[in-house]
Amino acid sequence: MKLLEPGETLDGFRVEANVHSGGMAHIYRVHYANGAPDPGFAMAMKVPRMATGDGAENIVGFEVETQIMASLSGPHVPRFVAAGDLTRVPHLVMEYINGKPLQHWLDQARETRTPIAPATVARLGEALAKGVHSLHRQNVVHQDLKPANVVIRPGKDDIGGAVLLDFGLSYHGHYPDLLAEELRKAIGTAIWMAPEQVVGVRGDPRSDIFAIGVILYELATGELPFGDPQTAGGLRQRLWMQPKPPRAWRSDVPPWLQEIILRCLEPEAARRYPSAAHLALELGQPEQVKLTERSHMMEGASFMTHLRRWFRAAGMEYKPSPLPTEQIDQSPIVMVALPYKDVTDATLYSLRQAAGRALGSRPDARLSCVTVISPSETSSTDAERSESKVHSHHLERQRQWLRGLELGDRTVSHHVIEDGDPASAIIEYARGNNVTVIVMGAATHGLKLQAFKPTIPIKVAMEAPCTVILVKQSLPFEQLASIDD
Amino acid sequence: MKLALLSDIHANVQAFDACIADARARGATQFALLGDLVGYGGDPCAVMDRVMALAADGAWLLKGNHDALACVPPAAPSNVLGEMTAAWTHAQLSAAQRQFLDALPLVRHDGDVVLVHASVDAPERWHYVRDERTAGDSLRAAEALGGHVRYVFGGHVHRQTLYYYGRGRGLMPFMPTPGAAIPVPPHRTWIATIGSVGQPRDGRPEAMYALFDRSAARLTFVRVDYDHIAAARAIRDAGLPEFFAERLSRGL
Repeated sequence: MKLLEPGETLDGFRVEANVHSGGMAHIYRVHYANGAPDPGFAMAMKVPRMATGDGAENIVGFEVETQIMASLSGPHVPRFVAAGDLTRVPHLVMEYINGKPLQHWLDQARETRTPIAPATVARLGEALAKGVHSLHRQNVVHQDLKPANVVIRPGKDDIGGAVLLDFGLSYHGHYPDLLAEELRKAIGTAIWMAPEQVVGVRGDPRSDIFAIGVILYELATGELPFGDPQTAGGLRQRLWMQPKPPRAWRSDVPPWLQEIILRCLEPEAARRYPSAAHLALELGQPEQVKLTERSHMMEGASFMTHLRRWFRAAGMEYKPSPLPTEQIDQSPIVMVALPYKDVTDATLYSLRQAAGRALGSRPDARLSCVTVISPSETSSTDAERSESKVHSHHLERQRQWLRGLELGDRTVSHHVIEDGDPASAIIEYARGNNVTVIVMGAATHGLKLQAFKPTIPIKVAMEAPCTVILVKQSLPFEQLASIDD
Repeated sequence: MKLALLSDIHANVQAFDACIADARARGATQFALLGDLVGYGGDPCAVMDRVMALAADGAWLLKGNHDALACVPPAAPSNVLGEMTAAWTHAQLSAAQRQFLDALPLVRHDGDVVLVHASVDAPERWHYVRDERTAGDSLRAAEALGGHVRYVFGGHVHRQTLYYYGRGRGLMPFMPTPGAAIPVPPHRTWIATIGSVGQPRDGRPEAMYALFDRSAARLTFVRVDYDHIAAARAIRDAGLPEFFAERLSRGL
């Protein structure tokens, strides 16, 4: 389709400026042609290029993108406005996102020859992982994440939430995959494509985690972990090859960041983070990342390791994926809200039992211990009540509480939050970190205020974005506790 | 227009009532019953009363192999599963009900939609559409009927599958998630088996049907909870083989 001129109308929209012309499509700013006000946000129209000779591939991708965009909601995708009849006037009108593509940070680093600070890499990665998790929760796998397809909204230090673009190669678990064919082919972009995508697997959310790993690798080192292979053989390398560790490029990449990046880039999907929410949690608290041998490697895996992996990869073949939501729900993030005072041993014991049950048998379930304390607990003048002292006291209490919980290799993180409104703090933490289930005491957290306002557990249960388990202390221990008194 | 597609009711009045009510609640404006209204189940007369009332209201009806069998049951008692209940069903039905069944057509062609009980490829032979190849046979036969056929819907296999064209040359199967409204735009061709109302066979007891929103070009495969214990009791009370009662609770 020829380039539209400003002032032209198409399917009820008046075209303003052409803001982008990519290989596949033109993007225009648009308004309603009848003069109606914008729907509360600026609008952009995407019109696929369909010059003669353009394959059906382009238009199928556009069809896929239209279907998926129309199904998605939330702050991490542009809002869908309208789509034109694919056979007549193919176009897609959506929210125009104000922000910078991730590519901007890479370009800036290249131009100024200043590496991106690890803390910035982590913040960009956390924003990206949260956006990707929101997609997976809606049964969609992006399959083509790259710095050009991620826009970061303005925010603190220039980094707000991530918005994902370009769903032309994406997969929706509820829809037939129009891009699939009987001979499963690799669908994606070579640089960022996960090993399982190379053998034709579609719909595995962990493929997106691999792509995030490639993006983080480049943000941290300025290099691409697997280069830009142009052949099928080159593409298959990542089925077994471990990339050069980021610290070998830049020794100032911290071990925690290398740990996270290399775990995202594991050739076997099962060894990566089980969901993007798990990854976001790690990026949000670098100091608590559990370091393994990945973190301090300075060279790639040995010849023997590669050889072993090569043999395993030779047998890697296409298999269908379960629904994305089913897969990410298998690895819950369990949050325990520990009361900070007035708590009996029986309650702590019952909370421990309930947390253990919520973690279940999944080795990759993770536990977040959260204590919300009142701001009046700390003092800037009294050294005994200094913030760091009070916090470390509560962190130590959390660690004590953990003893006796069979955790295996599961990841645990600890948080002390100061907030005068514990219920809101708990809900906000759960929402911000995509918590799967909250475990808390039924009669803790401000029990004494019960008479004149709704109790905190009730407020949490009503407003939380996930399942809430309200734990009652088990009777025998209550009796034991009273004997102790 | 919202077209409710129900097939393989198999004299299960509890499942039938539940699906009809569910479809009405979802705004169905046209009903299509794709055959095997009777056979296996314990309430053929009650189902036929409802079917004939729906037909009088404009529902589209097709004949299935069990309907044909109930009209002309095999002379000698048979061990074939499908034929075991035919003579009993035949005896239950009134002459008017049998006559009604016998007069049903095998295929219905409405614009870009073709409806059939089993396969459009020799519909009287009741071929199973159970994979890409047999789905292709049915689709090609439907396209040979003329017009611009885009949608072929059938029952008979008691499972819900949507066959579609990806980027390759052949049809591909897709297992739908119940309740998800799947975009099925008319510039593509689709062939679906919509499952069984009265005797699901995919390991779950919930009744199956499908809702096709023609104006929005969306197809929803639906599962409906119903009183399968009562349906099984009706089969036992009728003295029909226990297997037909027992399978309802397990979706076998």
